[in-house]
Amino acid sequence: MNLHTLTAHALQELLLNRQVSPADIYRAVRGQIDLVEKKVGAFARLAPAPDFNGLADKPFPIPVALKDNLCISGQETTCASKILTGFRPPYDATVVRRLKEAGALIIGQANMDEFAFGSSTESSCYGPTKNPWDLTRVPGGSSGGAAAAVAAHETIWALGSDTGGSIRQPAAFCGIVGLKPTYGRVSRYGLIAFASSLDQIGPMTKDVTDAARLLKIIAGHDPLDATSVDLPVPDYTQSLRCEVKGMRVGIPREYFIAGLDPEVAEAVTAAIAVLKKQGAQIVDISLPHTPYAVATYYIVATAEASSNLGRYDGVRYGRRVRPPEIRQTPIIDMFEETRDQGFGEEAKRRIMLGTYALSAGYYDAYYLKGLKVRTLIKRDFDQAFQTVDAIVTPTAPTTAFKIGEKTADPLSMYLSDIYTISANLSGIPAISLPCGFSQAGLPIGLQIMAKPFAEETLFRVAFAYEQATGWHKRVCQI
Amino acid sequence: MIFETVIGLEVHLQLRTNTKIFCGCANQFGESPNTRTCPVCLGLPGSLPVFNAKALEYALKTGLALNCEINPQFKFDRKNYFYPDLTKAYQISQFDQPVCRQGELIIPGDGGAAKKIRINRAHLEEDAGKLIHDDARNCSLADYNRAGTPLLEIVTEPDLRSSQEAYEYLRILKLTLSYLDVSDCDMEKGSLRCDANVSIRAPGDAKLGTKTELKNMNSFKAVKAAIDYEVNRQRAVILGGQRVVQETRLWDENKAMTFSMRSKEEAHDYRYFPEPDLPLVTVPEEVVEEMRQTLPELPQAKMERFTQTYGISVYDAGVLAQDRLTAGFFEQCAALYPEAKKICNWLNGDVLKEMNERKITVAASTLQPEDLVDLIRKIEEGAVSQLKAKDVLKIMLDSGKNCSAIIAEQGWGQVSNDEELLKIAQQALADNPATVAQIREGKLSAIGFLVGQAMQKSGGKANPKKIKELIEKNLQAGADGKPF
Amino acid sequence: MITDQDVRYVAALSRIHLREEEVDRLRKNLEDILRYIEKLNQLDVSAVEPTNHVLPLKNVLRPDDARPSLTQEEALSIAVEKSQGAFKVPKVIE
Repeated sequence: MNLHTLTAHALQELLLNRQVSPADIYRAVRGQIDLVEKKVGAFARLAPAPDFNGLADKPFPIPVALKDNLCISGQETTCASKILTGFRPPYDATVVRRLKEAGALIIGQANMDEFAFGSSTESSCYGPTKNPWDLTRVPGGSSGGAAAAVAAHETIWALGSDTGGSIRQPAAFCGIVGLKPTYGRVSRYGLIAFASSLDQIGPMTKDVTDAARLLKIIAGHDPLDATSVDLPVPDYTQSLRCEVKGMRVGIPREYFIAGLDPEVAEAVTAAIAVLKKQGAQIVDISLPHTPYAVATYYIVATAEASSNLGRYDGVRYGRRVRPPEIRQTPIIDMFEETRDQGFGEEAKRRIMLGTYALSAGYYDAYYLKGLKVRTLIKRDFDQAFQTVDAIVTPTAPTTAFKIGEKTADPLSMYLSDIYTISANLSGIPAISLPCGFSQAGLPIGLQIMAKPFAEETLFRVAFAYEQATGWHKRVCQI
Repeated sequence: MIFETVIGLEVHLQLRTNTKIFCGCANQFGESPNTRTCPVCLGLPGSLPVFNAKALEYALKTGLALNCEINPQFKFDRKNYFYPDLTKAYQISQFDQPVCRQGELIIPGDGGAAKKIRINRAHLEEDAGKLIHDDARNCSLADYNRAGTPLLEIVTEPDLRSSQEAYEYLRILKLTLSYLDVSDCDMEKGSLRCDANVSIRAPGDAKLGTKTELKNMNSFKAVKAAIDYEVNRQRAVILGGQRVVQETRLWDENKAMTFSMRSKEEAHDYRYFPEPDLPLVTVPEEVVEEMRQTLPELPQAKMERFTQTYGISVYDAGVLAQDRLTAGFFEQCAALYPEAKKICNWLNGDVLKEMNERKITVAASTLQPEDLVDLIRKIEEGAVSQLKAKDVLKIMLDSGKNCSAIIAEQGWGQVSNDEELLKIAQQALADNPATVAQIREGKLSAIGFLVGQAMQKSGGKANPKKIKELIEKNLQAGADGKPF
Repeated sequence: MITDQDVRYVAALSRIHLREEEVDRLRKNLEDILRYIEKLNQLDVSAVEPTNHVLPLKNVLRPDDARPSLTQEEALSIAVEKSQGAFKVPKVIE
């Protein structure tokens, strides 16, 4: 039995029936890593072997990969940045604590774009991760390592983080399921911040059922995160029913525009037809401020990032570099050299853009304006959800692009998040799941969005579609 | 040339909460370095702030005591700058929506009359860590125990017109705050820090002169001295035909001078923006009203009530009101004994003196209101002399015994027995024939000397009033029985 | 739109040492992005409230109860350099 190719819920059943042990699963996954990791490069680093004792009564003693921006006590955690080299957090992120309590076997820390700045996992200080479906292509990003690890069966499931599409876009590129929960649904405590008002941790899994189960483990109120919401966490498995009859599904016309790859458009159109066939009512809707989402995002996200990344100054932890000569004062020289050497190209670009947007004289023209347009984008969704239960769109305008294709043109890279960014700006939950393959055999992702805290709606629509099509069962050959 | 001095003060007040403003670390002084830190106050990647409810309560109390408007809704903002004592490279502070706005504090102004000092705002923020500079080893050492201590920054309008007014403002502010029990207000410990914005201008000028910001004063006296120095310096600059430069200047206590802080290590484009990690805070009117009800009577009101209710002087009321608990002690005594003036004399006189020697307050001592009233009654009854009563007080404070026991033990009971007193009086006359003669020649003032001699003889126990009467009577009769 | 001077100023504010040869490229990068962002000027947002938080959360406060701190050893376990119980840094000149 190829245990590593199974879903968590399938493995859980085997565990319950005592047909396999946690160690068996762990070994199978490690075996697969030994086989393919050299080609894929999904991990920033692998975790030390876990303790298999005391897992008997734990619900999920199953291997999990964690994006390298989730703090694990005592384990180096760097956000794939040189500036955090050697940093071992003295505490667990809340999601890590919850996973550990559920018996999770941490298999490794997944590669990512440096500080989650990117859509291709090419800006990692560890080098790029490759797409398991085509090793010359990117896995998407920034949670590209986690997506590739799941697709290549180097883990059973994974946690990523999503600030502008960083779970969903790589999930689409790698043919897996990726969920960005409602802002406030999952505690951000211990998630190394990129843009605090947009970041959310979410599951990256082989199917919708696993996404529902993993969300149940990590979701819920956390007194250590003032932006986490004190609402009960439903049993999401209850939503895994093939019932979309009568549901109103909105198709925003602004998402089907120039730049959308015809193969992607075709697959998404076909997916909509499947939902219609199952009894969903398909409604043409408008989200008029969609064209402004990317611009808004790059102001808000970079401004927050410029502030969040100030702490990497060489004073306390991580990397410290001092120039050989004195330029200003010893401490300023240390700050500036540390940050010059420690941050990669894209990180510097975003920090500077964000600093500019907040600086004296520009705040109103950029940051404040960004926050106002954010209001308009959120309002679009509020209005749409008065008439529809869910919104269905492509996850990304294209399938996975070639490694190196967009690195020279930051703006074209930013535009690959065009369909995912709005969910972060408006705080709503969104899921991506496989909806077909291109001629070249590359996965295509379908995005479903719902109103805040309506993750159950996402699971219901996604599960119905998944069961009707079975795209998730296709296994990539490496 | 005469100039008018214009001063505004910014006071940073550390709030005495149990824990820090955004994390559960204990808010304590004097610990070993970096023993009161956690991922949040160390600004570790991934950590998040959560606002301490007690810090809000203390800020509201202070705001109300300073007659501020409470902002019905406020937010926190990030103030971004790099400095090694700042763990996140931003300070969580408040930019355009401070918790309190537009208050005032009444101080004794230079002319002697009460003067209203307007308070522009009071906002909450987190304190930074501490840097120790090690010159010998050419490095600095960072201790983050203080990082995250709740601060309330109280900013006045430029309403102060002299260093003395600045001093009075700080004194009254500290007194007011001591009633609320929200801060230690100790400048030496840094729990109250004060920066002064100082400028001068020709009288009648509507426009403010160029200001300098003075920092690094560690006592109220230093604030006063630094302002005086700075005013003179600015005057000399202007009279010398030059212009005052807007800058930050540090007070050097040893040299008693201010020095320009030409630090390159500070940028001034702070890039404030709303803190995304902290939701809005609303303060409903009912909460403000409820808080207002729980405020203690403040010093100004207490002084006024004391002068009216107890008929004591403004000065005495002021002294009593210096300490809320002493004032309370006074009122407890006054409930037991009708002559408030006498209680006040004791409290502001001998009791205060004894307390100062012991470096404690009345409330912290063993002295109970009943004890003091007892002692005053004993004097009134003639059971102990005013003089001996002072010694009784000392022993009361040292031993905690009640005054009757002390008087009995020490044998200090006042002699009021006529027969005994007569003997003492007659002895005094007999021992000092020369004085007696002088008196009889008309130098009546010498009677006091005889009374003193008699008192001495009695070991201070004689009732001085009676002794005087008896000496006078005996002088009339003549010590030898002959009238004069 | 954005000058080399702006780029140097922003780099200084960001505390990133900028080599001369980087200035031009960064200016072009930022210019491209800012030009793209200019499309927001098509919208009239004068009457729109800014969204600081997507959730209508308010008054999330913590009781004033102490939690255990890290020990000095734990706190300094992350230190680049340490000395006498403190984080050691290059000399700060005041």
